Amino acid sequence: MEEIWNALGRALSFGTPLLLASLGAVINERAGVVNLGVEGMMAVGALAGFAVAYGSGAGDGNLYFAVAAAAGAGVLASLLHAFAAITLRANQFVSGLALTMIGLGVAGLLGKRFEGFPLFNQAPEWPFTVGVVLLALGLAFVLAYTRLGLVLRSVGENPAAADALGIDVVRVRYLAVAFGGALAGLAGAFLSLAYRPSWTDGMTVGLGWIAVALVIFVGWSPLRAIGGAVFFGLLYYLQFRLQGQSGIPTEFFAAMPYLLVIVVLALAGLRRVQGAAPEALGQPYQRGER
Amino acid sequence: MASTILQLSGITKRFPGVVANDRVDLELKEGEVLALLGENGAGKSTLVSILYGLYRPDEGEIRIEGQPVQIASPAHALRLGIGLVPQHPLLVGRHTVAENLALGVGRFWFPAQRMVPLIEQLARSYGLEVDPHARVHQLSPGEKQRIEILRALLRGARVLILDEPTSVLTPLEAEALFRVMRELRSAGKSLIFISHKLDEVLAIADRVSVLRRGKVVGELPVAEATKPRLAELMVGRSVSFERKRAEPRLGPALLEVRGLQARSSRGLPALRDVSFSLRQGEVLGVAGVAGNGQSELVEVLSGLRRAEAGTLSLEGKPLVPDPARLFEMGVAHIPEDRIRMGTVPPMPVSENLALREYRKPPLARGFFRDLAAYEQRAKAQVQQYAIATPSPSTPTRLLSGGNIQKVILARELAGSARLILAVHPTYGLDVGATEQVHQILLEKTYQGAGVLLVSEDLDEILALADRVAVLYQGRLQGPFEVGSLTREEIGLLMTGSSLPTGQGGAA
Ligand SMILES: Nc1ncnc2c1ncn2[C@@H]1O[C@H](COP(=O)(O)OP(=O)(O)O)[C@@H](O)[C@H]1O
Ligand SMILES: [Mg+2]
Repeated sequence: MEEIWNALGRALSFGTPLLLASLGAVINERAGVVNLGVEGMMAVGALAGFAVAYGSGAGDGNLYFAVAAAAGAGVLASLLHAFAAITLRANQFVSGLALTMIGLGVAGLLGKRFEGFPLFNQAPEWPFTVGVVLLALGLAFVLAYTRLGLVLRSVGENPAAADALGIDVVRVRYLAVAFGGALAGLAGAFLSLAYRPSWTDGMTVGLGWIAVALVIFVGWSPLRAIGGAVFFGLLYYLQFRLQGQSGIPTEFFAAMPYLLVIVVLALAGLRRVQGAAPEALGQPYQRGER
Repeated sequence: MASTILQLSGITKRFPGVVANDRVDLELKEGEVLALLGENGAGKSTLVSILYGLYRPDEGEIRIEGQPVQIASPAHALRLGIGLVPQHPLLVGRHTVAENLALGVGRFWFPAQRMVPLIEQLARSYGLEVDPHARVHQLSPGEKQRIEILRALLRGARVLILDEPTSVLTPLEAEALFRVMRELRSAGKSLIFISHKLDEVLAIADRVSVLRRGKVVGELPVAEATKPRLAELMVGRSVSFERKRAEPRLGPALLEVRGLQARSSRGLPALRDVSFSLRQGEVLGVAGVAGNGQSELVEVLSGLRRAEAGTLSLEGKPLVPDPARLFEMGVAHIPEDRIRMGTVPPMPVSENLALREYRKPPLARGFFRDLAAYEQRAKAQVQQYAIATPSPSTPTRLLSGGNIQKVILARELAGSARLILAVHPTYGLDVGATEQVHQILLEKTYQGAGVLLVSEDLDEILALADRVAVLYQGRLQGPFEVGSLTREEIGLLMTGSSLPTGQGGAA
């Protein structure tokens, strides 16, 4: 019994950053922009959060500032993608991949001096977990029942129609991508401030990739993302459990997140959710094209 | 005298290689329907795009109730009271009608839900029935159009522009649209109605302005307009509505189809035991409501779909399911969807013209392409088929529908076409282009080719075909000699009824 509760607790621990990051990605994808840079934005957010919390060196920084810094770093990172994908109309997949590599690289480089230091003012996990569930509920409502949601969805479905009605497609998409960046940054903060209060290179362990795949798995719905995040949080936990006990080589576990992504997408394919994808997903918008 | 609501003077708009609008003057009065008539490419859509703020004019002035205005965007146009019902609807397919109509104007909380009563009220007062909760992608083209009209009205449009609204409608839906238009006119709205169908213009408009090559070439009250006069203004020469055929010189059998069966892409039986023959020099019309097996028939004959049973032969040689080899055998295909299937839109005209014969000299020189030969051949074909394009290197997508169709004809008929499969060859084309396409097809029959003409336009079939057959649920009735059946009888066959015995008689 205790084992099960423990498992569920750990599933929530992994599920929280997963849900944070996928909610962000749901929002930018509903506006029509794919961002594969989640893993990178998460790493940048984790480092920024840790650096601020670490403060003068004794781990006495302000945790609120730390969380805000993580979100801010995520936003800054996401704006790189926004500029390439929206303003320059670059290929969104390539730009997102580049962002992941840049994010991981920059965080790894700048984080060297924090490597191995513990954080004394650890943040609790529960505010993140409770907050993200409330956020999911709120986003579902906003998407369905407010002008903001209507505008966002329209931009992702048919930007030309939205543009013709005076909606600033570029602005909406920038804001959506920035929102995605902020949530990915927060997911990183959860890891480096609450889950494992420290900084280690590669501490995002592929969660960002799962989050991206999860968006498809849950059919771009914030509500279903809650369930999806718990489910994949559980799988993640099981993976770490096995890692400690079995004689399976560690390389296998290192590859696990990516195998999981394939599993997620295969399951999504079975559920035929692809049809729920926003119509203009991944397509740059240009006015007056014939 | 009604006051002038909208006035355009000297509007000029240039695109690379074309002057789409050339010093256009136009005046719209309150409570009138002004028809804007012109061939494809005459500049009608460009002109209304300028009015709707989609394009900026290079020169000229727009006045609304005497005030000069610069229309910066569609949203701005709507604020000025100008609404456009575009040729292709600009709607979010997955959203509901109410969500579409709330976009850009709804309140913050529950925008769509609060829109519903407004929609219902407006719909009632103008006879624009539409279910606010329906998802747009489930609606018919006519219903989508009503949403666009509602959108303009919801925003208080006083001027409503309809860009070729009837091109996507059935005759019944078009009648309903005209009723709405009359309703709007009597409510004091001003309408600009774009069309290239003369009968419609005569039926609904108060005044007609004719555009040709970007210029206004005539403006007259509808009372003074006649079909021939409008057509002449529009095309710049007199147009015949008759397709006088030289006495048909029918040769020996060309195409033999016996017991053909095929399934649709969804696996359902689409052709059931279809048999007919087509002779040299003959035009065989295939009438029927879309979806009764026409597409499958043409696909089998052009090698795009396998037959399940039956024999097919062209001049005694069996037909194989291989489009390239069929083309070599003389099968030309003018497909239904001229943009997506007939051409590669972003590719230049010269390359689209070469798509059938790029493998052979002179276009191919061993492994390489001979670009000079492409250019030279394209120039010759552009001239022969009177394709209006700035140059052979212009992307085909920038051409008008009629000119795209001529590119396809030029390409398909370049070989020694024996059997021409023409599906809706003049759908959406104006009278001038229609006449040209018909002439090209008829000329080929004089040279001994046979034409299988699949069309939903009965007038087209009756004008061109020697015999007509009707497809209903995959079964072919006929062929009958064209003169032996009335329009009504063909119409009956199209709905699956059979003719009283002794009628028609298979030829
Ligand atoms: N965006 C564009 N770029 C280049 N040429 C264009 C563009 N839009 C229209 N044209 C050209 O301008 C002319 C007028 O086109 P259009 O206004 O669409 O005619 P209509 O609506 O009367 O059929 C055509 O020659 C067309 O090819
Ligand atoms: Mg047009």
